[in-house]
Amino acid sequence: MFKILKKREMADSTVCHFNVEAPLIAKKARPGQFVVLRPNETGERIPLTMAGTDPERGTIDIIFQVVGKTTALLRTFREGDYILDVIGPLGRPTHLEKLGTVICVGGGTGIAVLYPITKALKEIGNHVISIIGARTKDLLILEEEMGNASNELFITTDDGSYGRHGFVTDAMKDLLEERKDVKLVVGIGPVPMMKFVCKTSEPYGVKTMVSLNAIMVDATGMCGACRATVGGKTQFCCVDGPEFDGHQVDFDELMKRQAAYLKEEKVSYELFLKEHGQ
Amino acid sequence: MAEKEKREKIPRQPMPEQDPKERGKNFNEVPYGYTPELAQREAKRCLQCKKPKCIEGCPVGVKIPEFIEMVAEGNFIAAAKKVKEDNSLPAICGRVCPQEVQCEVLCVLGKKEEPVAIGRLERFVADYERAQGVVELPEIPPPTGKRVAAVGSGPAGLTLAGDLVKLGHQVTIFEALHKPGGVLVYGIPEFRLPKAIVEAEVDYLKRMGVEIKYNYVIGKILTVDELFEMGYDAVFLGVGAGLPVFMNIPGENLCGIYSANEYLTRSNLMKAYLFPEYDTPIARGRNVAVIGGGNVAMDSARTALRLGADNVYIVYRRSKTELPARAEEVHHAEEEGIQFKFLTNPVRFIENEDGWVVGMECIQMELGEPDDSGRRRPVPIEGSNFTMDMDLVVIAVGTGANPVITSTVPNLELNKRGYIVADPETGKTSREGIYAGGDIVTGAATVILAMGAGRQSSTAIHECLISKG
Ligand SMILES: Cc1cc2nc3c(=O)[nH]c(=O)nc-3n(C[C@H](O)[C@H](O)[C@H](O)COP(=O)(O)OP(=O)(O)OC[C@H]3O[C@@H](n4cnc5c(N)ncnc54)[C@H](O)[C@@H]3O)c2cc1C
Ligand code: FES
Repeated sequence: MFKILKKREMADSTVCHFNVEAPLIAKKARPGQFVVLRPNETGERIPLTMAGTDPERGTIDIIFQVVGKTTALLRTFREGDYILDVIGPLGRPTHLEKLGTVICVGGGTGIAVLYPITKALKEIGNHVISIIGARTKDLLILEEEMGNASNELFITTDDGSYGRHGFVTDAMKDLLEERKDVKLVVGIGPVPMMKFVCKTSEPYGVKTMVSLNAIMVDATGMCGACRATVGGKTQFCCVDGPEFDGHQVDFDELMKRQAAYLKEEKVSYELFLKEHGQ
Repeated sequence: MAEKEKREKIPRQPMPEQDPKERGKNFNEVPYGYTPELAQREAKRCLQCKKPKCIEGCPVGVKIPEFIEMVAEGNFIAAAKKVKEDNSLPAICGRVCPQEVQCEVLCVLGKKEEPVAIGRLERFVADYERAQGVVELPEIPPPTGKRVAAVGSGPAGLTLAGDLVKLGHQVTIFEALHKPGGVLVYGIPEFRLPKAIVEAEVDYLKRMGVEIKYNYVIGKILTVDELFEMGYDAVFLGVGAGLPVFMNIPGENLCGIYSANEYLTRSNLMKAYLFPEYDTPIARGRNVAVIGGGNVAMDSARTALRLGADNVYIVYRRSKTELPARAEEVHHAEEEGIQFKFLTNPVRFIENEDGWVVGMECIQMELGEPDDSGRRRPVPIEGSNFTMDMDLVVIAVGTGANPVITSTVPNLELNKRGYIVADPETGKTSREGIYAGGDIVTGAATVILAMGAGRQSSTAIHECLISKG
């Protein structure tokens, strides 16, 4: 049982932030790692990347977008409530290295995943330029935190309601044109976004890391639910990843695999809404 | 002598079970188990040999004739206690052990007629005791002050833990998943091993004092060396062979293609067969192919049937005689209408525009010369390719060693397939204080062999702990 110490809603209540008591995980977790959680006895196991940890207080931060039954159920949890199971830290930590200039690109709740990585990259001495984007102003999260974690911050919105009008990849392309010293791009967000980040960086020959949010079950390498094709080879996102060289990833396959249970997710979600009188 | 002859006249008592047509639609256990009358009748068949062969076939040495005698006399509770002296999980073993190649194959009666149904009797006494609600705890000696950590709550870890607490040691099991039992809970389906039984057996261990910590992936949240730093005097690794093997053929990552581990974990551990009451989904196919021929393949096929498939095929590259699954499982599968495609091997999977599997191209095989395993090697017949329409495929061609823990223990000797090298008598590994047993040492094997390994390591650990004083 893992206690929710703090809860906050963001992005027009479409995104939720929990600060959860999990001392051992907090002590062990490194940037880029994730946890699996199961809200209650009938719940499913879902992976969520940690947006931060506080080893001293013994807490971890998770930020999730309400997209279906499990995340909607989680949002009903209040401060003081308990999540039944939290398992972690899982996956390989981000490979952190001082390279010089690094671009961190985040979209949607991917920004939450990107945040601790950005912070760590800057802390070891990289010059970090971040680009974060959302569909519209109200959906943008962690602007202040990302600002503090980066040397330079650019913002884009699809509808032009805030920052630059356009996609994160537009801003990224300009940067790559301008600055020839970019050593690494880290792109985290919805799969189509990550795909285009990789397409954008490829002609410039800049190494691009992405974090794959595949469907998972055990997240210990036992089932293969999370498999993805990387460089023509099958990899398990939970143990071999979640970060991979984006230029090697078969994003189309990943998108199809992520959509595998759309029908069931809809059934679940509608049932949930009915039960909760919505 | 006269009495013995009379005993032999009784035929082996069948175990009543659910009708195959009915049971194909539900997840309830297939056999109902013996009634007390049937059990007594079956027990009376035992010849009570002076030098019982059957015990030699039991990896944990259950005193078979003694407990069967008690059943014959109607002392069911005493019989259950007798079994438990050597086997702490009898309700489970009575259900899933391959008795036909262990104790029962050695039964003297089997030479002339059918052997005593030892497994069914073991199951009966354990169920009887549980149903009476009189599962008494053995006496636990005063604490020795020694602490042992077991990693993994499969049959190996559970057995070790039970043995060591009975000797007064303090045992903590660290389990990666949120439920105890290992394969017993995530792999073997409800209709073959009801989860309530696993829970009851684990409960018994907990009442004896075994502590179980869930959601601990050792190698991630804590390393084995950190367990020693925390004061554990010995560590036992019983982490199983939890790495699914795929075939590496085109299209294998399509939607609708599962490893058996994933398929069974969704259904069993996550209870996807109860979706949407439980949240975890599982794809339900109309035409399902299960690739492989072992128990895992049978379990997957019978699960698919219960999830509503019209046609379920076992696709196996050798012939019926080579099927590695237990005869009883094959028989149950056949009864339920599972269709067998022997000498057939998939070569690629075919997709629709959404990335779902819709078909499978196979090649016909024939048996050639025997290979290393002594079985005749299947060789493809050139040009015999054909396709089958399939909307769900489960790959059950084996498992390997999961490196999550082994890669985080420095100087732990592994063999070239990644399994832990351990002394077969004691489970001692190349690292002092670290023992290992079960599937992570032998590769995928059986419940009872894993229990036997847990037993041997518990003895070795106990000796080491008391010799250190
Ligand atoms: C579908 C299926 C059907 C089977 N049917 C039969 C049968 O009918 N009869 C039979 O005798 N055998 C059967 N077997 C084989 C039998 O179940 C196994 O041989 C046996 O369970 C092995 O026991 P174990 O204790 O070694 O490991 P497991 O049962 O695999 O348990 C290992 C446990 O360790 C945990 N673990 C792994 N890594 C870590 C880690 N890093 N940290 C913490 N915990 C960890 C796992 O989560 C798991 O709970 C079957 C197997 C399968 C898959
Ligand atoms: S989630 Fe099961 S192997 Fe990755």
